[in-house]
Amino acid sequence: MTRAIAVAYALLLYGFIFLPVAVLVLFSFQGTLFPIPPFNGPSLRWYTAVLGDARLTAGLGNSVVVALISSAVATLLGFLSAWGFARFHLPASAFLRGLITLPLTVSYLIIGMGLLIFFNWIGLPKSLLAAGIGHVVINLPLCFAIIYSQMGDHQANIERAARDLGAGEMKVLLLITAPMMWPALFASFFLSMTFSWDEFVISFLLTRFETTLPVEIWNLLRAGLNPKTNAVGAMVFGVSIILAIIFELTAFRKRPQ
Amino acid sequence: MTALVSIDHVSHSFGPTKVLDDVSLHLAPDSYTVLLGPSGSGKTTLLSILGGFLNPEQGRVMIRGQDCTAMAPAKRPTATVFQDYALFPHMTIGGNVGFGLRMKGVAKAERDAKARAMLDVVGLAAAFERKPHQLSGGQRQRVALARALIVEPAVLLLDEPLGALDLKLRRQMQDELKAIQKRVGTAFIHVTHDQEEAMALADHVVVMNHGHIEDQGAPERVYARPATRFTATFMGESTIVTGQVANGMIETPLGRFPAPPDATQVAIRPEHVSLGGPIHGEVSDVVYQGAFRRVTARVNGIDLLARLPAETMLSTGQRVSLGIDPAHAIVLKA
Amino acid sequence: MGVMSLHPKPGDGASLSAYAQFFTNPSYWHALINSLEVTLIVTAISVLLAYPFAWILAFIVPERWQRLALMLAVLPFWTSYVVRSYSWLLVLAEKGVVNSTLLNLGLLSEPIQIANTRTATVIGFVHFFVMLLTLTIFANLKQLSPNYRKAATDLGASGLQTFIHVILPLTLPGIMVGAFLTFVLAIGDYITPQILGGNNELLMPQLIMMQIGRRGDFASASALSLILMAVVTVAYLACARWLKIERA
Repeated sequence: MTRAIAVAYALLLYGFIFLPVAVLVLFSFQGTLFPIPPFNGPSLRWYTAVLGDARLTAGLGNSVVVALISSAVATLLGFLSAWGFARFHLPASAFLRGLITLPLTVSYLIIGMGLLIFFNWIGLPKSLLAAGIGHVVINLPLCFAIIYSQMGDHQANIERAARDLGAGEMKVLLLITAPMMWPALFASFFLSMTFSWDEFVISFLLTRFETTLPVEIWNLLRAGLNPKTNAVGAMVFGVSIILAIIFELTAFRKRPQ
Repeated sequence: MTALVSIDHVSHSFGPTKVLDDVSLHLAPDSYTVLLGPSGSGKTTLLSILGGFLNPEQGRVMIRGQDCTAMAPAKRPTATVFQDYALFPHMTIGGNVGFGLRMKGVAKAERDAKARAMLDVVGLAAAFERKPHQLSGGQRQRVALARALIVEPAVLLLDEPLGALDLKLRRQMQDELKAIQKRVGTAFIHVTHDQEEAMALADHVVVMNHGHIEDQGAPERVYARPATRFTATFMGESTIVTGQVANGMIETPLGRFPAPPDATQVAIRPEHVSLGGPIHGEVSDVVYQGAFRRVTARVNGIDLLARLPAETMLSTGQRVSLGIDPAHAIVLKA
Repeated sequence: MGVMSLHPKPGDGASLSAYAQFFTNPSYWHALINSLEVTLIVTAISVLLAYPFAWILAFIVPERWQRLALMLAVLPFWTSYVVRSYSWLLVLAEKGVVNSTLLNLGLLSEPIQIANTRTATVIGFVHFFVMLLTLTIFANLKQLSPNYRKAATDLGASGLQTFIHVILPLTLPGIMVGAFLTFVLAIGDYITPQILGGNNELLMPQLIMMQIGRRGDFASASALSLILMAVVTVAYLACARWLKIERA
């Protein structure tokens, strides 16, 4: 009896969760002009429209580039700072660590604003670069947290062994530490990519003409309900799912480590 | 005598693996039974079935004459002490111990009084207000015991309760467990892989292997006259030799022993081997163990294990004469 | 580090006036109250919906299907945030799915207004946070030793009693953390209220955006941001204190 209720509840919730996405995908195949009922026969016209829309495809490209570069930078900086904290006793270590993870607790809106003001002040114009830097700022704490949590004492011993055998600092870092940490590095990079790819607020605030996909979608929205948005949304959804599946599969292969 | 607990032809599989194979067992009231066996023998599965956490695929479980096979743990007259004790971390010791009574609807004052009394029985009266994380492993174990005993179960089930303790503490707890069982009078069923523990605690030991019962009975009997080869090797050490039966005796490379016609092997315990005798061999290993020396001698192609006095001065390669007490030789069938 | 420069600098001399404006201008004050109300409602509803769902996934779904079930439950999480809020618009708009269906079924004579109201914002938020909380509560439930439940039932507790006396207290800290996360993320979110709530009722992030976008008034925007951060900090301190009490 309780089983039946549980099943019903679960199904209801699944329904709730998938409702908007299902509607989105369904009406991306809409034959007529408006992505609302009634549904008029499956049509790919909006997908072609999206692919033909230069602004959207440019936005897509920009998103990918910004995501890749900012994630790489965030991972690198996260790695270096985690290594610094783990290996050396910095003064006020706990405070500094808190400072680095601070952006995690602050709304992206506020971070974006702060950066906007800061960039204004130093004369950096609104651009993809500015947005990229913004993404590094929001992802850095995450990378730091992930990598720092994986730096244990046993790795310190391995590094000491390497130094004992004559390797210089740089070599130790490149040949020993980094490769040992690869699951954490991969996870950081991947998560940063995911957050950057979908990120709206900071990109919105910090770019002007050339912008990322989420912002372009937003601009589309201003024009009202539009099946092109559905098509783009469905495609973004598809990409995200593929990324998630890739992550799942590689995460499984990481297990035996 | 009606058995308190009757396990009738119980079988169970996990997927393709048969974990329990047609196991039947009857246990007397006020007894201390130990289920002994290596990992994978099915002993823990049997305990889970007794406790009601697992429904056996085949067979019946009767407790106090009632068919409890499909009964939920809450309704069964059993209580379980888990391997990790499972004390509720957010409750005080008093709250933990009184939990079962609370579920029965007993009023707080009475609950607390009974909990204090039970904690006294296990020697932890002062811990009433403390929290589990403040206690040591041995203390937590005793609390788990108190928590289970307070609901006055017909049978107390213990799942490798002493596994997490160090040797000295384990020995101490073994004595305490035995004493508590005698005092409370509840039937205990205790699962372990430690044969010394089994022998120390059990009135009745049940040796299990690969899902079936190899042997069961009083520890003295099971040790001195094991019914199967597995039991002979699992309980204590022994040297096993194969031989041929002729004229009521079995002829082995280590000598002749009285045996029935269907005997195939003989097991010899190291403590029944002594210096001086008709068997000649070469010492291959000597290990000092404090109270005795564990000597392995190669005799007629067999590695014979002997437990010799600590003062015995032997070295590897030395030739030695040994004798076996035939009265204690264990004859095994196929 | 660049983190220091993140703290917005209210324009010189105008800083105090920006704050004063906050306290005197009623619509500003209302924005904060609206934000708090909406966020608290969203947090409560999301936790209440997510907990049973996570429970079902953790304890009732057979082990081999759990990962799949969880992934499915969280899948729409992976849509672009903007797109997902927009898709609720499709569902809730006057000509959207809900209204069309109800009209066609004859249950309504004219469309009801859901989009561009607080309800829509709440629905949009709850949708997202139920997924997030299901994930966190699931993890929380799974890492509880199964022996706790076994011990409780062994001692005579019914399913409900086990939940109230054992599981709930043990998972409460985890839920608090999840609820706090929900609170922080929701209160600072611009997209969902903007798309779904429209401009009828403003929440703090929308107000802040307005200051930057239309008026270029960084001072006000900064002041409002700091006030928002202060609210979050208060919530954080409250949670931290509560968690410490729990620990003791």
